[in-house]
Amino acid sequence: MHVSTAPAFKANAHRALANPGLQKALARSGPSFIARRAAAVAGLPEFEQLRDTARDIKNHTLAHLDFYLEEYERNVLASGGKVHWCTDADAARATVLDICQKANARTVTKGKSMIGEEIAINHHLEAHGITPIETDLGEYIIQLRDELPSHIIAPAFHLNMEDWEEAFRKSHTDLPADRVFNERRDILTEARTKLRSAFLQSDVGITGANFLIAATGSSVIVTNEGNGDLTQTLPRVHIVLASLEKMVPTIEDCTSLLRVLARSATGQDFSVYTTFSTGARRPGDLDGPEEYHVVLIDNGRSAMIGTEFQDMLRCIRCAACMNHCPVYGAVGGHAYGWVYPGPMGSVLTPGLLGVDQAGHLPNASTFCGKCESVCPVRIPLPKLMRHWREREFERHLTPAAVRTNLALWAWFARRPQMYRIATSIAARSLGWLGRKKRSFKHLPFAGGWTQDRDLPAPEGETFFARYAREQRQGLHR
Amino acid sequence: MSRDAILNAVRRGLKRGPLPADQIAMLRGRLDGHPRHLIPARSRLPHAEQVDLFVRNVEKEFGSVTRVPDLDAVPGAVADFLAAQNLPTSFVMAPHPELRAVPWSNRPLLEMREGRAQATDQVSLQHAFAGIAETGTLMLPSAAERPTTLNLLADTEIVLLRASRLVGAYEEAWDLLRAEMGGMPRNVMLVTGPSRSADIEQTLELGAHGPRQLHVVLVEDAG
Repeated sequence: MHVSTAPAFKANAHRALANPGLQKALARSGPSFIARRAAAVAGLPEFEQLRDTARDIKNHTLAHLDFYLEEYERNVLASGGKVHWCTDADAARATVLDICQKANARTVTKGKSMIGEEIAINHHLEAHGITPIETDLGEYIIQLRDELPSHIIAPAFHLNMEDWEEAFRKSHTDLPADRVFNERRDILTEARTKLRSAFLQSDVGITGANFLIAATGSSVIVTNEGNGDLTQTLPRVHIVLASLEKMVPTIEDCTSLLRVLARSATGQDFSVYTTFSTGARRPGDLDGPEEYHVVLIDNGRSAMIGTEFQDMLRCIRCAACMNHCPVYGAVGGHAYGWVYPGPMGSVLTPGLLGVDQAGHLPNASTFCGKCESVCPVRIPLPKLMRHWREREFERHLTPAAVRTNLALWAWFARRPQMYRIATSIAARSLGWLGRKKRSFKHLPFAGGWTQDRDLPAPEGETFFARYAREQRQGLHR
Repeated sequence: MSRDAILNAVRRGLKRGPLPADQIAMLRGRLDGHPRHLIPARSRLPHAEQVDLFVRNVEKEFGSVTRVPDLDAVPGAVADFLAAQNLPTSFVMAPHPELRAVPWSNRPLLEMREGRAQATDQVSLQHAFAGIAETGTLMLPSAAERPTTLNLLADTEIVLLRASRLVGAYEEAWDLLRAEMGGMPRNVMLVTGPSRSADIEQTLELGAHGPRQLHVVLVEDAG
């Protein structure tokens, strides 16, 4: 099981910055996500209005979540499926294991599921003699390398061609050692062949869910590879892992959210496979699973309702926030230390693991606001990160040096006269000290800043002083 | 019990007990009425232009389309496509009455087996319930006569779509589904182009786990 390294964010980030393979991957892939989303958004004039609609649908659902959960369960039962309510990760793991054991499962194929990562279901199944096989290409190599995904829609974001080749050679020892990987296609073909036999042999298929639909009792998955569909169609038993906030009322609500999901995520107008599953095989059907189970997981979600973090439950896991984040773009996903990286992870992870564990994450932000500006459900991510900083401060988890300096600044900020005198002295003396070179290479107490860049010297006058002077001169009207 | 614990925790968060009857009635009304939201204007076109938009979108997503005037021309279109791709002339076909109604004897070299797909099938022929012009999407709901495996296991999937079944927006296709199939079938796949992955270096490669090729035979029976 992967223990969270979120408390070591700073060390993780330093290592990430010094990792040439990771930096190569980030430089290659970062800009393409941004360009693809921009092109898809430009192609749909109604996109901004659709973001409002998406936000409103999610807000409506959360405000009546108890009603929709009960309605959903009723409709799953009516279509021949089962709902297993699980308050936490332990309960969810035990439930999945129990279903697999009752099905006498030996191998289980899996579609990509972030909640599956969150409850670390693979390690639990392995510990009980059941072999889980990830079938999404990115998740597959992550499993071969025994890592966490570094991105919520592109798990292998941090890897390069040579990493793929190395992992495949090491794991697929039944194939000729002298085979050649000339291009990406060769990797893809080898994975397709390997996983095709896994699909055909597996006893249980586990998928996540992008949405649950209350009106019909359906679960919805969105994929491009088709692995999720093979996972849920071929085995005798289909298990859906879903957290509470995946709920939407109707197919029409879901459809509106789908219009913003793929565009925000991969920049496609629509993903290749958007599949609605409702219950088990029907009379006369020639294929499909005989059992359909939904493992409905709370694991901290209900505790966010009614708090300042409720907005986070609108998240549809598109990854636009991390794709546009300068911090994610510099350090990648693993530095965040757990399942959810980037801005959405910086808000969600402290909520799920505790701010004492993940307090660094909401601080790892430049507050540039790009994440909020691209979020398809308009989650105010910077504001939520600020809420976590406040909570961290209230709980005295903020480092002593930060607290002392903040207290000092606050003392001056509440005394405008003193503030002006102090800043004026500082500006004048720094201006005088730097009068020759106009910048500082080194400065006491500011080593963190001057280590990587020069600090420009002030010109001798504060903003306040200059503004007042220019007012007097009639420059501002 | 976990169910009650979760529902109670949700209500605690919402700072209320179970919803009163009038609110429940209002929410039930919303579920039954399933109101539509904003539908993008791009697909609000005369039908002939919707057909063109559909074809453009399928091709944009790396699928291919052959337009034929009627069912009589379908065997020729299928045979020509298979020959052009150097594919075998045998395929597995959905046991759907509309596919059975195709005069296959026009092309006696074509061999078909009806049923679900097996791992060894190279080509499948599926029947589309509807097409959606907005994004070039096929709606393929499961049924005895439309097995899901036909969408997944073969390297090449050919789909027969009648132009009269082509609509502008997803919402129109959902209305058709409700009207003709009653409730939700076990599985509804919305398929937009052939299978692909960008997991290796975030670079698009076609043919991940599903079909490497998606070919639509569009029967222009609408006007």
